[in-house]
Amino acid sequence: MSTETSPWEDHFSGPENQSHAAQLGMWIFLGSEVLLFTNLFVGYGVYRYYYPEVFAEASRHLKADWALVQTLLLVTSSLMVVLAVHYIRQGRQFLTALVLLLAILMGVGFLGIKGWEYWEHWKEGALPGEYYHFEEIPEQGGSLFYTLYFLLTGLHAIHMLVALGLLGWLAFGAVAGKYTAGYHIPVEVGGLYWHLVDVFWLFIYPLLYLVE
Amino acid sequence: MNPSAESSQPAITYLNHETSVMSWLLTRDHKRIGVMFLVGVIFSLLLGGIFAMVLRLELLTPGPTLISPMTYNRMFTLHGVIMVWLFMIPAIPSAFGNFVLPIMLGAKDVAFPRLNLASFYIYLAGALLTVFGMLWSGADTGWTFYTPYSTVSPSALTPILLGVFIIGFSTIITGLNFITTVHTMRAPGMHWTRIPLFVWAIYGTSVIQVVATPVLGMVLLLVSMERLLGAGIFDPSRGGDPVLFQHMFWFYSHPAVYIMVLPAMGVITEVVCAFSRKNIFGYRMIAASTFGIAFVGFFSWGHHMFVSGQSTFTSGIFGVLSMLVAIFTAIKIFNWVATMYGGSIDLRVPLLYVLGFIFLLMFGGMTGVAVATTSLDVHWHDTYFVVAHFHYIMVGAVLMAFLAALHYWWPKMFGRVYPERWSFLAAMTIIFGFIVTFLPQFLLGNLGMPRRYYQYPQEMQWLHVLSTAGASLLAFGFGLIAVYLLWSLRYGPVSAPNPWGSRGYEWFSGSPPAPHNFTRAPSFEREVHDYTVPEAPRVY
Repeated sequence: MSTETSPWEDHFSGPENQSHAAQLGMWIFLGSEVLLFTNLFVGYGVYRYYYPEVFAEASRHLKADWALVQTLLLVTSSLMVVLAVHYIRQGRQFLTALVLLLAILMGVGFLGIKGWEYWEHWKEGALPGEYYHFEEIPEQGGSLFYTLYFLLTGLHAIHMLVALGLLGWLAFGAVAGKYTAGYHIPVEVGGLYWHLVDVFWLFIYPLLYLVE
Repeated sequence: MNPSAESSQPAITYLNHETSVMSWLLTRDHKRIGVMFLVGVIFSLLLGGIFAMVLRLELLTPGPTLISPMTYNRMFTLHGVIMVWLFMIPAIPSAFGNFVLPIMLGAKDVAFPRLNLASFYIYLAGALLTVFGMLWSGADTGWTFYTPYSTVSPSALTPILLGVFIIGFSTIITGLNFITTVHTMRAPGMHWTRIPLFVWAIYGTSVIQVVATPVLGMVLLLVSMERLLGAGIFDPSRGGDPVLFQHMFWFYSHPAVYIMVLPAMGVITEVVCAFSRKNIFGYRMIAASTFGIAFVGFFSWGHHMFVSGQSTFTSGIFGVLSMLVAIFTAIKIFNWVATMYGGSIDLRVPLLYVLGFIFLLMFGGMTGVAVATTSLDVHWHDTYFVVAHFHYIMVGAVLMAFLAALHYWWPKMFGRVYPERWSFLAAMTIIFGFIVTFLPQFLLGNLGMPRRYYQYPQEMQWLHVLSTAGASLLAFGFGLIAVYLLWSLRYGPVSAPNPWGSRGYEWFSGSPPAPHNFTRAPSFEREVHDYTVPEAPRVY
């Protein structure tokens, strides 16, 4: 197979064709990922309707200002990924790796804050389902809020871990010279995935932390 | 002769250019992956069929016959789980779609061959996890996993839920791959209006797969969460809502019916043209009605909840939306019949299955309109009437089309011809057996026999005996097919490159095809299924 020596796959008619296929495939996958989160958003909507006061009360107990910091970190990291795509198109591999590393650092910072938040919830007993024993908010409705909170942020965190691995792999590939001005499909497609993770958070953040 | 058809069998084919076991297990060739899927789904059909046979034998007498009530519950659950997720959903798209779709488009392979292989192994992993769950302690909820019972059932449901969740990934990846392939891998000259109708059907199916499957995956994960964490989302004692589960579940599982039936309709379209030797009547309408079904299918899930306490208004809306499916289906049926009308009909086995398909689809579809009527559904809900209805429409359609595809593309896949008389006998047995199995179940349901029950009153016995007799015929027919197909793999007469004289584009390649499908680039100068131009003669 020629795939070992050339980055271009021989079943495509050419580079443009391969790039088009890769982008389209990723966009379809992103669409399907959006629907993965839908159940949780629907569940949130339904139970918010059933227990409006409890949900508002529980929302006030979350650390909204820290979530703002998280949001800023994530949005800035997305900018870094955009820069990575920009630099690799010019063939500047070192700069590409550098901005990707910055994005990774911000992502790790985001997850660090999330972990600390989880720890705080653990201490006060605001846990999902049958482990819920948070006295300040009634169990009826409250446990559902925290179940959905953990499922939404947890699923998001799992996606972030995958995406971080992806960025690390891209940074490594950029330094190793795998990507050039002529061949940068993985950076573009991987970047799209990072933006998706970012966009999910932009829905989760207002729903859980801001809406009263 | 068409200049672009391969004039003789290529000496090197996808089957013999590499023969080691690893060359199969690590292949990126869509044809080999299609064959591996074919083996997988046939094995699942066998497993699910054995469970079905045990169930039918158990129901021969009103009381205990063969197995305990608990075993019975587990067996009908596994029969459903295996047949729906391991057989009917992947059967046509993953096996035949993988094999012929790229060839029909004139492509060397699907857009993402590695992902395609991964899709097979993900399917295998999910299937193994499901089988592990059933061996460990089984599940007794039925394939629908309804809450709140599924959240508290003592059986080991969690591995089965996760197994199905994993299989869902395989479905999504396959769908994504096909959509991308259709968009980016078409050969020069393959315009959107020339795409074979089987490809249109798979394309529509793929859209449903990509949109609906993640929703199912999440709802199964949520039920697992209920079992692991007592999450409470579907548990009324914790403030949750069990009907919400049904909404989420059927939002996927109703369109899933079309994941099964649309590819079947695609196969039927190809076979009807080939054996009527006539251009397809209404190419655009058939392609468009595929998307009509796919679209309306997403707005009809509520008819599964007519008796759940939802408002009469909601039920009415969902009833009407469900009936719209019949209009798009009717468009297809009229087009197939119009294609056959005045054609030079050659009643070979694939076409025989098409006739079986049309009969079952009509009967199943019309009873579908009946159960979409709220007042009637209150009477028939959760009875054998519904069992018979969905067996006619999903199982009947998928089985008939699967067998039609298997026979139609058998020479394409393996370069051998199956024995005509035996296959004719088997086809008659299967179609007759199917009707005898499920027709009595409509009557049983109307008499009030609830689905999933282990016992029943004495008066209903004769109908159950009839149904079991039909099931035995079905089992005999499948046994026959297995024997002669395995025989033909080794001893069957070598096939001509295009034994049916079909004008489908997939016959532009050799039978079996060369490793990269074509030894010479195909040219798509005529419309697909164009029987007005003189071409290769029929060679049987």
